[in-house]
Amino acid sequence: MSELADSSTSGTTSGTAPRPMWRMTLEVFAENRLALIGAGLVVFFALFCFVGPLFYHTDQVGTDLSQAYLPPGGGHPLGTDEVGYDELGRLMVGGQSSLEIGLASAIIATLFGTLWGAVSGYFGGIVDAVMMRAVDTFLALPSLFLILLLAVMFTPNTLLLIVVVAITAWLAPARLVRGETLSLRTREYVQAARMMGGGSGRAVLRHIAPNAIGTIVVNATFQVADAILLIAALSYLGLGVPPPHADWGNMLSNGTDYTQNGYWWMILPPGIAIVLIVVAFNFLGDALRDAFEVRLRRR
Amino acid sequence: MTGISTETPVLELDDLVTHLPVRDGEVHAVDGVSLRVRRGEMLGVVGESGCGKTMTALSVLRLLPPGGRIAGGRVLLGGTDLAGLSEPDMRAVRGSRIGMVFQDPMTSLNPTIPIGRQVAEPLRLHGKHTGAEIIDRVIEVLDLVGLPAAARRLGDFPHQLSGGMRQRVVIARALICEPELLIADEPTTALDVTIQHQILELIDDLRTRLGMAVILVTHDLGVIAGRADRVAVMYAGKIVEATDTKTLFGNPRHPYAEALFEALPEHAAGDGERLYSIPGLPPDLVHPPKGCRFAARCRYATDECRATEPELAGQRDGHDFACFHPVGDPELTEPTSVHEIRARGAAPRQPERVGTPENGMGEAALLRIDHLVKNFPVTSGAVLRRRVGSVSAIADVSFQVGTGQTYGLVGESGCGKTTIGRCVVGLERPDGGVISIGGRDVSRLHGAPARRHRGDTHLIFQDPFASLDPRMRVDTILAEPLAIHGVDRAERSRRVRELIEEVGLPRDAGQRYPHEFSGGQRQRIGLARALALHPKLIVADEPVSALDVSIQAQILNLMADLQRRHGLTYVFISHDLSVVRYLADRIGVMYLGKLVEEGPAESVYAAPGHPYTHGLIETIPVADPWAVRSPHGITGELPSAAKPPSGCRFRTRCPLATERCATEEPVPRPIGRDGHRAACHHPLHAPDTGHRDGRASTTVPS
Repeated sequence: MSELADSSTSGTTSGTAPRPMWRMTLEVFAENRLALIGAGLVVFFALFCFVGPLFYHTDQVGTDLSQAYLPPGGGHPLGTDEVGYDELGRLMVGGQSSLEIGLASAIIATLFGTLWGAVSGYFGGIVDAVMMRAVDTFLALPSLFLILLLAVMFTPNTLLLIVVVAITAWLAPARLVRGETLSLRTREYVQAARMMGGGSGRAVLRHIAPNAIGTIVVNATFQVADAILLIAALSYLGLGVPPPHADWGNMLSNGTDYTQNGYWWMILPPGIAIVLIVVAFNFLGDALRDAFEVRLRRR
Repeated sequence: MTGISTETPVLELDDLVTHLPVRDGEVHAVDGVSLRVRRGEMLGVVGESGCGKTMTALSVLRLLPPGGRIAGGRVLLGGTDLAGLSEPDMRAVRGSRIGMVFQDPMTSLNPTIPIGRQVAEPLRLHGKHTGAEIIDRVIEVLDLVGLPAAARRLGDFPHQLSGGMRQRVVIARALICEPELLIADEPTTALDVTIQHQILELIDDLRTRLGMAVILVTHDLGVIAGRADRVAVMYAGKIVEATDTKTLFGNPRHPYAEALFEALPEHAAGDGERLYSIPGLPPDLVHPPKGCRFAARCRYATDECRATEPELAGQRDGHDFACFHPVGDPELTEPTSVHEIRARGAAPRQPERVGTPENGMGEAALLRIDHLVKNFPVTSGAVLRRRVGSVSAIADVSFQVGTGQTYGLVGESGCGKTTIGRCVVGLERPDGGVISIGGRDVSRLHGAPARRHRGDTHLIFQDPFASLDPRMRVDTILAEPLAIHGVDRAERSRRVRELIEEVGLPRDAGQRYPHEFSGGQRQRIGLARALALHPKLIVADEPVSALDVSIQAQILNLMADLQRRHGLTYVFISHDLSVVRYLADRIGVMYLGKLVEEGPAESVYAAPGHPYTHGLIETIPVADPWAVRSPHGITGELPSAAKPPSGCRFRTRCPLATERCATEEPVPRPIGRDGHRAACHHPLHAPDTGHRDGRASTTVPS
């Protein structure tokens, strides 16, 4: 008996107190400079878009043509656009819809796609074949075409855009998670749960989904970036949120009409905002991917 | 044998120091190792995982992992210091003057290149041969390593060869440039015991024929014994003892070497004594301890050991050890048998078990397997899955396990032993036959009754890490079976604390994640989870084969303790006969889906009736350099289970096979007392006559 006790106590001599897994994940995350930049940018834009208008009051509903095309300076730090909206204020308001649509559609797409992929991969066989052929069919449709079609059939509003973007976006996480599930379901700890009498629900929700979380979260951040770009593209084509609402995409679209006139303040701010937020989410995704590998580098 | 030769050694390591970078510093993986190997000599390097034996080998070739560097000392190959060579000069040495064989033949061959080209590669890189010469040489070397019909197989890809054949190809590639030195790093660890025997014979044979120096790196003392001329025992980056093989096995002087021998299960087989296990874990090599590195785990350690580091020195030529308080006999120069294991302190003999081992088929059979059949379909096509055949994994196997007993199932990989275990715990559904546990047929259960039954049996997996969810804390892992079976929250946490205590884990273990534990501790977690629901039957599938010898002993002791305390019944599945023999009351030997022999452990081991069992016992590497080694062992390789041979499935490799074996399938017949049965037409001894000479009974076909 004594040797049992010996071996167990000396096994903890590694010295450090046990650290929770989220702490280690956070530590690795914080070591990554780009991750902090990405996180900082996301926080900055969130504050800028949602808290900014509380301090910087502008009229984004009524037009004032006498104030149109003003260059930056005076009461308008970033100038005004072709109908006299303050550019800085519009950037804030427009960012709201870009961020809302981007985040909401990414979350919906990720949740649905994850569930779809996990169920398909776990049960396999005929279930898998049918579910994955459905994914293939959707993938075969050009997403921009699908979105344009829906946007023409219905009047675009924020909710519709969220749904439309999510419909095209869930396919990627579904495929990723299915692939992950195919390998996870043969892991011994999943078999161990089955052997103890655990059902499919437990296997999928307790073992497979948490172990695929790295893939899922990383993919979700990229989804946000993609969705923001897609909304921008739609708005650029004139099928985004209808006026007087705005988002960065249609601001950019409006601005490009005046490229020849030298009204750079109508083009650069929304353009830079789109680039920065997309880059920020991509940095975040990269960093999360590293952070979730923490158990692989335990030493 | 121990005399110092004046010949310059092929390789000499002089105070080699190797550092590897890790997150929080540098690991001193090799810390002052000095070695020499002469022409035609085989040097064994033994030690547990993480002791620096592989890093020593890789340092010689300067193939260290990224960031690793030789921080000091010299690596002299025939007088040149490899540590100081430029990279292009070093490339000219690798593969040409030094050949290397790695552990896993599958990953050391490129799956997309035919084997002929892979074997030729070193020659193309180093030699100035023409194409035709190269092909001739490749065929010559492949013949040398015993690849049948070598000339026709040059275009084969690695996946078309079996594991043993692949390792022969790897050896051929290492030998093609006629190196002065061959480094083999665990060359047989990934192979079955019968194949291991063949490969070791091959390396041994090539060494004498080609006069190479060989460094054999292994964790297995049995592999070293009888093959290596000299042995260096490594611990925590240092050599603790170096001498010729017989002296080491007969008269180990370092307490670590002694403890390694005592931990071997074959030293306690049969007499039911507890194994000696080395307490604790090897030290952290980022901040190595002051003084002797083994002091923390040593029974003889004093304050001197903890303060100053002992030098590697000897009282006699050719026997060096690094210890202030050496064990063994300083006078003994020519030991003649394996070191006598000293009194093991107060290790109590195991009390008589519940149930009666003399009567294995007794009334209280807990597990009863009757004519079990399991086939796996072989399908082709991605969409329509046409069934093109089937692999016969279990073919008509019957045996019984009494309550409180341990039944050992042995056999090579692919013999169906794991499938039986999975059928018993309900992970596979048998195609035929009956599995009854406690009198109830469980193989046909569905739904809720099946789930309730799951509480009675549990499977322990081979790899403790893979069977624990890396994202769950240990207390959640241990509570999972309880949660599945509807135990309430308060009771669950009480039971989890109890289990942690029971298997000897640290008290705070519940708050931690599996990756924070060592291999042995993870297997303890696996055992604790198995015990959670008070099962009657535990199926252990190779539970110790991923562990080091000293840790293996801890787990085997724990399993024996738990069995005694809870009256557990074990089905112990292993390829390692010595482990099975230590723990099992009865042994069943499987070959290609058939149970070829079964009976009381001692009887099967001492008087095997089936030629396969006999061959298997012959081929086990015994940690005894004086043991008589059969040069034969089992030849050939396991046939495909998709097309098993007709009649007796072993006949293709059996030395005694006759025509009758091909036409008529042998049924299990009693060949000894206590239900010792063998399925053979020509058993090595006839019923009731005990140990009569083998062939006598084979002359009378009935």
